[in-house]
Amino acid sequence: MRKELQVAALENGTAIDHIPSEAVFKVVSLLQLQKLSNRITIGNNLKSSKMGKKGIIKVSNKFFREDEINRIALVAPNVNLNIIRNFEVVEKKKVVLPDEIIEIVKCNNPKCITNNEPMRTRFHVIDKEMVELQCHYCELKIKKEEIELIAES
Amino acid sequence: MLPKCFVNIDDYSREDIFRILESAARFKQQPNRDLLQGKVCATLFFEPSTRTRLSFETAVNRLRGRIIGFSDAATSSSTKGESLKDTIMMVSNYADLIIMRHHLEGSARYASEISPVPVVNAGDGSNQHPTQTMLDLFSIYETQGTLENLTVTIVGDLKYGRAVHSLIQGLSHFSPTFNFVAPEELHIPDKYKVFCDQKQIVYNEFTDFSPESINSADILYMTRVQKERFTDLMEYEKVKNIYVLHNDMLADSKENLRVLHPLPRVKEISQDVDDNPKAYYFQQARNGMYTRQAVICDLMGIAVD
Repeated sequence: MRKELQVAALENGTAIDHIPSEAVFKVVSLLQLQKLSNRITIGNNLKSSKMGKKGIIKVSNKFFREDEINRIALVAPNVNLNIIRNFEVVEKKKVVLPDEIIEIVKCNNPKCITNNEPMRTRFHVIDKEMVELQCHYCELKIKKEEIELIAES
Repeated sequence: MLPKCFVNIDDYSREDIFRILESAARFKQQPNRDLLQGKVCATLFFEPSTRTRLSFETAVNRLRGRIIGFSDAATSSSTKGESLKDTIMMVSNYADLIIMRHHLEGSARYASEISPVPVVNAGDGSNQHPTQTMLDLFSIYETQGTLENLTVTIVGDLKYGRAVHSLIQGLSHFSPTFNFVAPEELHIPDKYKVFCDQKQIVYNEFTDFSPESINSADILYMTRVQKERFTDLMEYEKVKNIYVLHNDMLADSKENLRVLHPLPRVKEISQDVDDNPKAYYFQQARNGMYTRQAVICDLMGIAVD
């Protein structure tokens, strides 16, 4: 039986596979894809044998830096990254949550200095498995489901 | 390199704590010294706190330092919308050290990262007030002769009490046993229980202020149960008189027991306790001045003989 591709194949670029459906647009935002002029294909609510439903993002002619791509570990820690050259997967990668997250996450404490002063937020990742963060400034701990990303401007 | 700062009690190791306590003991013997001659310290109180400010300012005055600053944000340019960063940068042009109290949590950490001169946190919202912890530790060390293996009973608002949380962190280096005595609504947050478990610190929880929790203690640390902390006022009415210490409750307590309180006290320690030699809260407040002298000199790299 012919296996049909759910999203068109990529000649050169990055394919991000196995994104939880609810995280697809957060990944778009974390990677700032809305600012790119490259060809981008986004598929969501696709069938997945592993996850039931999943999302895929394919970006032509774009190879992300490690610190850019690792940001998405916050919302999609188990994605597969495929680096594609000439229609072939030349490298497979996993994302890794960094020890520190700067400028991406908003502190949930309205009385935190970061919400009242024009400054960057900074969080320590205190539990990589459960994805728990702690604000470097007010020391509030934030669980994965409470993570709020800074709104894109 | 960033200057040394005192933002959180966790910034100081066990050795750092002992160094400060030894220096504070020297200031207690002789508080008037010329160590800050020619230096200017800024007290930036974006949020008023008379007690803490007077303690810091007296500490500097007794060391012959000069003070600039404000005691209320209304008299600072933050009312004009100036950022904290700009205030800190401006003041650090003039002062050799900044002592800051601010209503926003994390403000002291941020100030310490941008300031070219040392910053002492004199309270950042409900987050940290590390010199309070240092003076608590000094008072415990002074009255017990040690910080090791003490039984410390902490009574009152253990949920919101900033002094309580920092004291638990500060004492965690010294194998304490804690008795936490609090009403249901104000019991110790889970994260501090997890912290104690990780550090293998023994603790017991009580909802009644029992003779057992008093008589087993070396230190009885009282705090205020504030009405505004309760969501259910019926609950407050039920408990408001339970967590009050009266003199006769100390009858069978240990000889070395001392009663501490971060002050201000309202009704949680009855006035008849004041004359008991085990009452130590006023001396404790006085110790704040010596401890702050020690912290300031330590940050400025000034040796105390």
